[in-house]
Amino acid sequence: MKKIILTVVALCLIASTAFAAKSYTVSVTQIVEHPALDAIRKGTLDRLKEKGVDVTANVHIAQGNPATNVQIISQIIGEQPDLVLAIATPGAQAAAQKIKDIPIVFTGVTDPVSAGLVKDLANSGGGNITGMSDFSPMDKHVALIQEVVPTVKTIGVIYNAGEPNSVVLVNKLKEEAAKAGLSVEEATIANSSGVYQAAKSLVGRADAVYVPTDNTVVSAIESAVKVCRQNKLPLIAADVDSVSRGAVAAVALDYYKMGLQSGDMAYRILVEGVKPSDMPVEFLNDLNLHVNKKAAASMGVTLPEEMIQRAEKVIE
Amino acid sequence: MTTYALFGALEMGFAYGLMVIGVYITFRVLDFPDLTVDGSLPLGASVTAVCISAGYSPALAILLSAGAGFLAGAMTGVLNTKFKILHLLASILTMISLYSINLRIMGRPNMTLLGQDTVVDWFIESTGWAAYLSTPFLFLIICILAVAVLIWFLHTEQGLAFLATGDNKQMITSQGVNTDSVIIFGVGLSNALVAISGSLVAQNQGAADVNMGVGTIIAGLASVIIGETVFGDKTITRALIAALLGSVLYRIAIALALGLKLGEFSFTPSDLNLITALLVVTALVMPRVKRKFLPRSAS
Repeated sequence: MKKIILTVVALCLIASTAFAAKSYTVSVTQIVEHPALDAIRKGTLDRLKEKGVDVTANVHIAQGNPATNVQIISQIIGEQPDLVLAIATPGAQAAAQKIKDIPIVFTGVTDPVSAGLVKDLANSGGGNITGMSDFSPMDKHVALIQEVVPTVKTIGVIYNAGEPNSVVLVNKLKEEAAKAGLSVEEATIANSSGVYQAAKSLVGRADAVYVPTDNTVVSAIESAVKVCRQNKLPLIAADVDSVSRGAVAAVALDYYKMGLQSGDMAYRILVEGVKPSDMPVEFLNDLNLHVNKKAAASMGVTLPEEMIQRAEKVIE
Repeated sequence: MTTYALFGALEMGFAYGLMVIGVYITFRVLDFPDLTVDGSLPLGASVTAVCISAGYSPALAILLSAGAGFLAGAMTGVLNTKFKILHLLASILTMISLYSINLRIMGRPNMTLLGQDTVVDWFIESTGWAAYLSTPFLFLIICILAVAVLIWFLHTEQGLAFLATGDNKQMITSQGVNTDSVIIFGVGLSNALVAISGSLVAQNQGAADVNMGVGTIIAGLASVIIGETVFGDKTITRALIAALLGSVLYRIAIALALGLKLGEFSFTPSDLNLITALLVVTALVMPRVKRKFLPRSAS
């Protein structure tokens, strides 16, 4: 009996040390360095470390170059990682095309179905890929606009028609606005220097301006803020960083939290051995509300006291 | 650098090889700096994505892409020769209008080809080789075919007139050649090659994206100049092959930069562009340094 117990204890020890000593390699592909995308990456790797996983990360960033984005995939195949983390749509598409035998977790992808990454959100008949969508909860955005500007009839939206994610978001905005009995006026741009003019074109056509998570517009949001201040037009954003840059309010995804949740997905694949094909696409429903009182005053609206009370962050 | 990374560089080098040859034709042969390529590369991809999604064969998609690219280039040529718009500006005008046109063609900014049959899948299946080996080989074959046709063409009477147009416009006009048509045809031909490249790239990466042309001209010019410096350009045949190999060397430089061990010299992924530029500069400067320090007979 003693012998058996000893053997079992020894086996357990061996198993646990073997378990603890197992180290994993994760290769990351990311199209560009960008605060939101960087936060996702940090969140994912932090969560894996938190859970005690010994993980080495090979981080590749294409610096916005579409050709380099594809070449990174060959680099990753050479690294033979245990898991590929693909942040944002271009990297995920290239990875899905080329990598069939290594599990892939995509994250920060707005519409994984139309990007061709998964057949449907349930990931039925899925392959070696699953992940998270950062689709903005557009119904909540429309509700926020109505809360800030109760008299709103027409929402003006500025976006880059060349950004796949933005087109999907604006279609969704139109759908949700219609449900709320509102109309949408669009102003499209091709590069960030067009933001100022696009914002101006909305003056007189819209009662509030909404900026989705569009990389091009967000990078030059100050020009839109300027136009909105001059014309007392409230500007509502889809990301919280834009609030500290002068937007009135935003109820948005926290990209770091999105990273943490992606890290959980990676953990299930790496450590628990769950197959990506058995994992449906996940969303983040934990939202943050940020408001900017000064911006509200300069754009001619007063924020309801109740809203200020429930905000995570209030900029005076 | 791993084998996969090396073959990946070959794959990208050959996929963009026809683009580089297209840039060579306008930039060196016609002496026409052409920025249309940043728009005609995604044009080829867009046409391909729409064709393949509609159920047409990938090979037909490549041909139609070439046709669309030819039209785009010819447009730049017409703006320049018939409307007397400066070549650089003419090409920028075509390039920016192609952005909207590509959005129209696809009806959206990104069109996926994941799960669709492409020429790449077809070749992998029919050879039975691993994807990392067969894909560069397929692109190499396509490049060799295109270069062979180009070399044949440039040795015909029209081809010789074509070559002479960039060298000495006045002389060739006095020979009774209409240089306007040569330029329109030449820029068209160049962009047809670029669009084929765009088609191959889209089929290889599994999606056509309206922004995939960003930086094409920079990669093209860098590849042309690396090719010239390293492999020489004494004859047109040699120059075309040098352009193709220049494209491969450029991608190998990027693969080296991507594979550099991070951390030790505190390089971060954000240094990629700088490292690539430095590697390319080294490739360009080495032959000069060698010439300076080695005796002439050795070269």
